[in-house]
Amino acid sequence: MSLELRAAAVALQTIVVKEVRRFMRIWPQTLLPPAITMALYFVIFGNLIGSRIGEMGGFDYMQYIVPGLIMMSVITNSYSNVVSSFFSTKFQRSIEELMVAPVSAHVILVGFVVGGVLRGLAVGFIVTLLSLFFTKLSVHHLGLTALVVLLTATVFALGGFINAVYARSFDDISIIPTFVLTPLTYLGGVFYSIDLLPEFWQNVSLINPILHMVNAFRFGILGVSDISIGIALGMMLLAVVLLYGFAWRLLVTGTGMRQ
Amino acid sequence: MTTALRISGLQKTYANGFTALKGIDLAVQEGDFFALLGPNGAGKSTTIGILSSLVTKSAGKVEVFGHDLDADLIGVKRCLGVVPQEFNFNQFEKAFDILVTQAGYYGIPAKEAAQRAEKYLKQLGLWDKRDVPTRMLSGGMKRRLMIARALIHEPRLLILDEPTAGVDIELRRSMWTFLTELNQQGVTIILTTHYLEEAEQLCRNIAIIDHGQIAEHTSMRELLKKLHVETFVLDIAQELTSLPTLNGYQASLLDAHSVEVQVEKEQGMTALFTQLAEQGIEVLSLRNKTNRLEELFVSLVEKNLQENRA
Repeated sequence: MSLELRAAAVALQTIVVKEVRRFMRIWPQTLLPPAITMALYFVIFGNLIGSRIGEMGGFDYMQYIVPGLIMMSVITNSYSNVVSSFFSTKFQRSIEELMVAPVSAHVILVGFVVGGVLRGLAVGFIVTLLSLFFTKLSVHHLGLTALVVLLTATVFALGGFINAVYARSFDDISIIPTFVLTPLTYLGGVFYSIDLLPEFWQNVSLINPILHMVNAFRFGILGVSDISIGIALGMMLLAVVLLYGFAWRLLVTGTGMRQ
Repeated sequence: MTTALRISGLQKTYANGFTALKGIDLAVQEGDFFALLGPNGAGKSTTIGILSSLVTKSAGKVEVFGHDLDADLIGVKRCLGVVPQEFNFNQFEKAFDILVTQAGYYGIPAKEAAQRAEKYLKQLGLWDKRDVPTRMLSGGMKRRLMIARALIHEPRLLILDEPTAGVDIELRRSMWTFLTELNQQGVTIILTTHYLEEAEQLCRNIAIIDHGQIAEHTSMRELLKKLHVETFVLDIAQELTSLPTLNGYQASLLDAHSVEVQVEKEQGMTALFTQLAEQGIEVLSLRNKTNRLEELFVSLVEKNLQENRA
């Protein structure tokens, strides 16, 4: 390995370790709240209301919503980890530590995105463990499940990064999660199959990218989906490439960071 | 001798239309201890911002030890350590972690990074505070932490933007000693400061920047030669009721034991002491009334201002 590559590997490892240490250090803010929220979803929607709903997509309601709730945790946490971490770095001006160092834009971006993906996966794992107290889960396609969760976490970690680059205040980092991500997730087939909707709203729902992600993940676990898995995977890959290119460009031009 | 820093025709106009640098030229030789002085808003921090790639230049060329800022940014960054004016580290992290992380950004493996962090924290008297969250450190400690952080990759050129601002006298002196030793070890140092005494004491060469232009770029000795008149205050042993006769000197009685005398460079002080001795007046001590560099600085900046107005 050349000296330059070795230095880049050390820098990348440094950023990832720093990011993981950050969300582990503040676990009551990062890991605990999604666990409590999801446990409440399992109790209220799964047990109390779900028992009256009956089957959905051939599975009992609790089994049906578990994949969606896991994905909801992964989406929210991978996004919020990067948006809050990178914005705080900008806010405290410690971003300058990175900017004066010989670290490439690729290393910075990959480092923060891996940090976000790891938090998304950590929370997803916790929520999966919690769900086992309420229902039985058997994974239908392990490889596909892993690929979908990884791609989804990457897409939203990149989204969080772009949000943080443009954010000028702490309000700016909560607007997208509150007014865009949450509605799209709730309307993204987490709690219901789009077969229940009138045809017009079914077609409208297909515009929602989160619907494709949730359904691809649900297919990986349960083997049922409202959408084409190929389209979902293609869309996620395209989103990763486009968002990565855009985020990299923002870093290279120093948008929001360099005068 | 190698040129540590060469700046030619450097210009910066910000998005709001303000031109901070109007084409400055500057050269700093390897091993120099160089002062960059100027009033607030003169363009010092913009220059440092461009060197540390936090500010994008509008035009001009910058080379650090032969590495071109445009063609070989990584090479420039490896040679350069920057201590900014404002604190810019995570206030929730520990001092030790900040240094190890910074070393990691430069590709220094964790074990070596920890050894270097220990070395610099000890040298700067912060080892006892290594596990304290940095928000708990005093202002002086935070400044020393930023110096340690800038040195962690052992740069050949260290740039300090007002490193002793808000630091008490004792600590300032210990930082001067540290920086002098560092310079003796071969590190080229560029310093901006508001304490002109600091520049006079530490630096061999100097540039004065004002309104985005270099008003003076010379050695400290040459610059101080330009000062024609110096004002001294003499402490007299006897109680004086009137001003002693001092032919050729402009003098005034400040109080019964203090005489203020203006001495022109070509006059010297021998004749002054001879005249006082002839009158039986014993001088206990003497001191400069004003900082010499400060006088020069003010006159140069005023001259520049008048030229700009004209």
